[in-house]
Amino acid sequence: MGVLILALIAVSYLELSWAPRRLTMSEVWAVIVGSDITFNDVIVLKINAPRVALGFFVGGALGVAGAVMQAMFRNPMASPYILGLSSGASLGAAMAMLFTISFIPYLIAVPLLAFVFCMMTMLFVYSVARVGSETHMETLLLAGIAISALLQAVVSLLTFIAGDKIESVVFWGMGSLSGSSWNEIFTIIPIISLSFVILAAYAKDLNALMMGDVHAMDLGVDVKKVRLILLIVSSMITAAAVCFAGTIGFVGLIIPHILRILTGPDNRSLIPLSFLAGGAYLILCDYLAHVIYPSMGILPIGVITALIGAPYFVYLLRRRKTEMGW
Amino acid sequence: MRIENLSFYYRSKPVIEGIDFEIEEGEVIGILGPNGCGKTTLLRNLNKNLNPKSGCVMLDGTDLKDMEKKEIARIISSIPQSNEIKFAFSVREIVAMGRMPFQEFLQGESKKDMEIVEDAMEKTGITHMADRYVSTMSGGERQKVIIARALAQTPKILLMDEPTLHLDISAQFDILNMVHKLSREEGLTVVIVSHDLPMAARYCDRIVMIHDHNIHAIGKTEDVLTQENMKVVFGVKADTVRDPDTGKIFVRLFDSCTSSEKRT
Repeated sequence: MGVLILALIAVSYLELSWAPRRLTMSEVWAVIVGSDITFNDVIVLKINAPRVALGFFVGGALGVAGAVMQAMFRNPMASPYILGLSSGASLGAAMAMLFTISFIPYLIAVPLLAFVFCMMTMLFVYSVARVGSETHMETLLLAGIAISALLQAVVSLLTFIAGDKIESVVFWGMGSLSGSSWNEIFTIIPIISLSFVILAAYAKDLNALMMGDVHAMDLGVDVKKVRLILLIVSSMITAAAVCFAGTIGFVGLIIPHILRILTGPDNRSLIPLSFLAGGAYLILCDYLAHVIYPSMGILPIGVITALIGAPYFVYLLRRRKTEMGW
Repeated sequence: MRIENLSFYYRSKPVIEGIDFEIEEGEVIGILGPNGCGKTTLLRNLNKNLNPKSGCVMLDGTDLKDMEKKEIARIISSIPQSNEIKFAFSVREIVAMGRMPFQEFLQGESKKDMEIVEDAMEKTGITHMADRYVSTMSGGERQKVIIARALAQTPKILLMDEPTLHLDISAQFDILNMVHKLSREEGLTVVIVSHDLPMAARYCDRIVMIHDHNIHAIGKTEDVLTQENMKVVFGVKADTVRDPDTGKIFVRLFDSCTSSEKRT
């Protein structure tokens, strides 16, 4: 936990210091404490600080959503991206951006529609995989992948038709922390925080669910109720993460796995750690997206999350004895 | 515990119908029947994992319907059929889950909880592997871990669903010896669902035989395990002999019955 907090502070500092001419530590510090009111404070506070805040909350949200879904479905491949939730949320957000609804303010319409579509996708995928009282995991993943491809195609189609009115295909396919205003960020912070608190509060029940539904029932857990709450709230946190940052892949899949390998599967620690690690990881990736090819502009962040995350994940999988479980 | 006129339907098909019997304190009782006769369904009605369509299960004079799942889990613990655990939980973490019914919503394990956990591991002889990962263990070892978890619930009644399935023969004896001992020494009531006639003969005080959704026979083990009952319910030619030294009965299985033999 301590290590993660330090890492988070370090990457935030790095990200704040980014500028065409890199700022030194002392220059950033001067802005934070308020002694520098020259043009540096524009870079640090107006341009970099929103990215840090958005990166932290979006990365954290994706990490937590992945951790909860993997545990709830007892499936190592579950993540908001694979199950189609990210695509569902992006379709909702794209529609809200495209068809401005006059009586609902933009800042509410985008997350709201993202949530509605995310939830509908979750319910659809889940109902396809549910036969009687059993959930077929293979069907769940296949349905998720299929519906994800379908929804992504619809989003691409929308961006093609709409021209400049909504974000680009690259944004919806790989995500970006650019161009978000404080207003947008302050809309999703309470949603993500509240969802996180609820999910963390159910960590003990989630532990029991990881053993199997029958085990959880025998331990006195109201399985139906808990699962419904977890489904709704993890859709909520995913929708909030996706609606202003696009579909950033891989964070939700690998962050919980890496943490499970390092600290064990107990959700009471895993969920908070996933938030911190997901947040720190996304800020780091965004920083790298800036510095790798400064002359080419900013790389899509999804490129970086996968470029670093995938090899490290494979390395951990190989190093660890496979029979240990996950 | 009294089971009164219990029926359960899956969709509109009856799985069990009009089941009526009593489980006495401190006994080891076997619910026997062939696969698909509804014995697991019956067991799952006994701790409100399933809700009966009609009839009721009374626990110390209270209908389970009127009790919360958590309350029930403080009195009745159960060992499900499948115990495959893919996550790398340690043995101690799994056993500690048995304390969940006693904790408040956001509460963790207290010192007293952990004492009970250590005690449960001691009783099941798994203390030496407390820090090992369950996902690396054999079926028999994992079964012991789940029993330890059930004991950490400090139950009065232990329900076991096919406890010997998928286990080596020596592990089957280990598990049932352990549970039998707990019953005799600590007055734990044990309800075992099984189709394993020899094991039931060895360990059960009483047997309920389920056939065609209903009780076919109930009573003392030696009275229920007759040639006739085993033929009708299980379709096997079998009899029992008494061990002259211990006075216990053994089931001898000879062959399956042909369809014409079953009818007579």
